[in-house]
Amino acid sequence: MTATQTLYSRPEALRRVPTHYCPGCTHGTAHRLIAEVIDALGIRERTVGIAPVGCAVLAYNYFNCDFLEAAHGRAPAFATGVKRVRPDLIVFTYQGDGDLASIGMGEIVHAANRGEKFTVIFINNAIYGMTGGQMAPTTLPGQITTTCPDGRDVRQVGYPIRMSELLATLRTPAYVARGSLHEPGRILEAKRFIEKAFRYQVEDRCFALVELLSTCPTNWAMPPDVACKWLADNMIPYYPLGELKLPEESVTS
Amino acid sequence: MKGAEAIGEAAIRAGASAYFCYPITPQTEVAEYLAKRMPQVGGVFLQGESEVAVANMLFGAAATGKRVFTSTSSPGFSLMAEAMSYIAGAELPVVFINVMRCGPGLGGVLAAQGDYWQATRNSGHGDYRCPVLAPCSVQEAAELTVQAFDLAEKYRNPVILLADGMIGQMMEPVSLDSLTPGVPSEKPWATTGCRGRDPNIIKSLYLDPHVLEKMNLRLSAKYRRMVDEEVQVELYNQRDRLDLLVVAYGTMARICKTAIDILGEEGLHLALVRPISLFPFPAAAVHAAARHATRVVTVELSQGQMVEDVDLALRELGPSEFFGRSGGVVPTPDEVAGAFRRLAKGACQ
Ligand SMILES: Cc1ncc(C[n+]2csc(CCOP(=O)(O)OP(=O)(O)O)c2C)c(N)n1
Repeated sequence: MTATQTLYSRPEALRRVPTHYCPGCTHGTAHRLIAEVIDALGIRERTVGIAPVGCAVLAYNYFNCDFLEAAHGRAPAFATGVKRVRPDLIVFTYQGDGDLASIGMGEIVHAANRGEKFTVIFINNAIYGMTGGQMAPTTLPGQITTTCPDGRDVRQVGYPIRMSELLATLRTPAYVARGSLHEPGRILEAKRFIEKAFRYQVEDRCFALVELLSTCPTNWAMPPDVACKWLADNMIPYYPLGELKLPEESVTS
Repeated sequence: MKGAEAIGEAAIRAGASAYFCYPITPQTEVAEYLAKRMPQVGGVFLQGESEVAVANMLFGAAATGKRVFTSTSSPGFSLMAEAMSYIAGAELPVVFINVMRCGPGLGGVLAAQGDYWQATRNSGHGDYRCPVLAPCSVQEAAELTVQAFDLAEKYRNPVILLADGMIGQMMEPVSLDSLTPGVPSEKPWATTGCRGRDPNIIKSLYLDPHVLEKMNLRLSAKYRRMVDEEVQVELYNQRDRLDLLVVAYGTMARICKTAIDILGEEGLHLALVRPISLFPFPAAAVHAAARHATRVVTVELSQGQMVEDVDLALRELGPSEFFGRSGGVVPTPDEVAGAFRRLAKGACQ
């Protein structure tokens, strides 16, 4: 008999339940990375997650920690409320691009600018998933959705908003990074960003946001593998990957 | 003490540990008072970026089980309606103070009572109710603020203190030592980290219609309990035979009392029913008092909102007459007495 060693198993911060996400959707990957980080930092029992309105509204059924369900776009205000009265808790929001960059633009910018010490996981899939594939503030120029059937016309509705870049311009110290979930190497890199974003909070340092480029095969009308390639070919050139802002840098600026 | 400051101090005495706000006349003094006072008691003061954000911050803060509140005025209250609906749906205790100004729209900054419908029906969407308390003096504003926190906790529900601009701006002596807040209850539902228990989830989404209807039924049973247990009303100058019964609340009720006294000296018998709780509305008290009166008049700083509740309460005895001024115009006791005199004498003929 040889001793067996577990190399890969379900993180404690994830419940043992199937999710409702579509095949090939990267929400599940994002959930797992967050859960692994929560386990690694040993913070599950003092973490409060905040679910968005969007495909991930039921995230609280999958994470194994305390959770609030926010109004559409307001998760950063919810998180501010929790964190201000209980700074000892670890608070994270999980938000889509319609949630964070459209209806919740005010809440995210001001929370970041106040330097609220919580962590934001921002899922950018360039579309409104839950409501069936409408244009998001992040939809790429020319990209077809149900509300821009001829493709996003930038003369009518402007260019997609680069949220991470926008937030990185704020003078308040923060951690802002953009990763992608379309291939294994990038997934591991994204996990490092997420771990850093939580660690800054554990150390009571700063606001932290990780944008994750994600796929929506259903509403992009593509098989999952084609969706991953579409992300690499179209999203990454517009939304470059990497760390955009470190709290250490902003101290001097 | 100024009404706005008394409200702020009363909230602290009630154990409020966080206050979120966005400035708006005529109650910004609450924020200015608490900006200094909250840090002294180790509490949280935060000026948010909008009333939308503020009300959603309250959701998050209340979810941890702390006593939390905000104050605003009419246009700001409208923006808080979204979160109020979520707070009612998630059953969280939060105190909202609306020091009404006049409207619609930006309206004006003077005293009015035009938000009665908004407060007593639903400011936000969906099947919910909130207790609404209406003070008529600075002392009562302090007392009802304390009560609002206890009620919010008792029912796990938003509670609205509905004052008008006069209460917020008025200076009157206040006894704060007489305030007796209840002891905060255990909150096993709070999201404080799941150490030693299963995770707590605070939400308002129920996709299964039968589950949601069950929730709606449970909520409506809670609202019925409020109707049974939380009616508050003041009766002034009641007698067996009345020339006119007056129904008014808040500042308007005070002016009516003076007008009733003026007419009393002329030999006219008038009495006042002053709803202190607007929801639940003191319908039984209104009906009982009206049985002794030949006529009933509802007086408001609006073009007539509470009058609909009065008419519902009066049933076969109704409808009520109405006298109202709005736009920030506050009638003098003499003007009100004049209107009452006409109604009372008209009733005698
Ligand atoms: C106030 C309000 N407006 C609109 C909606 C409808 N709605 C639900 S989810 C959603 C968009 C979600 O898209 P996104 O944030 O990109 O997340 P995804 O579903 O793609 O994960 C919208 C518009 C709502 N629930 N509330």
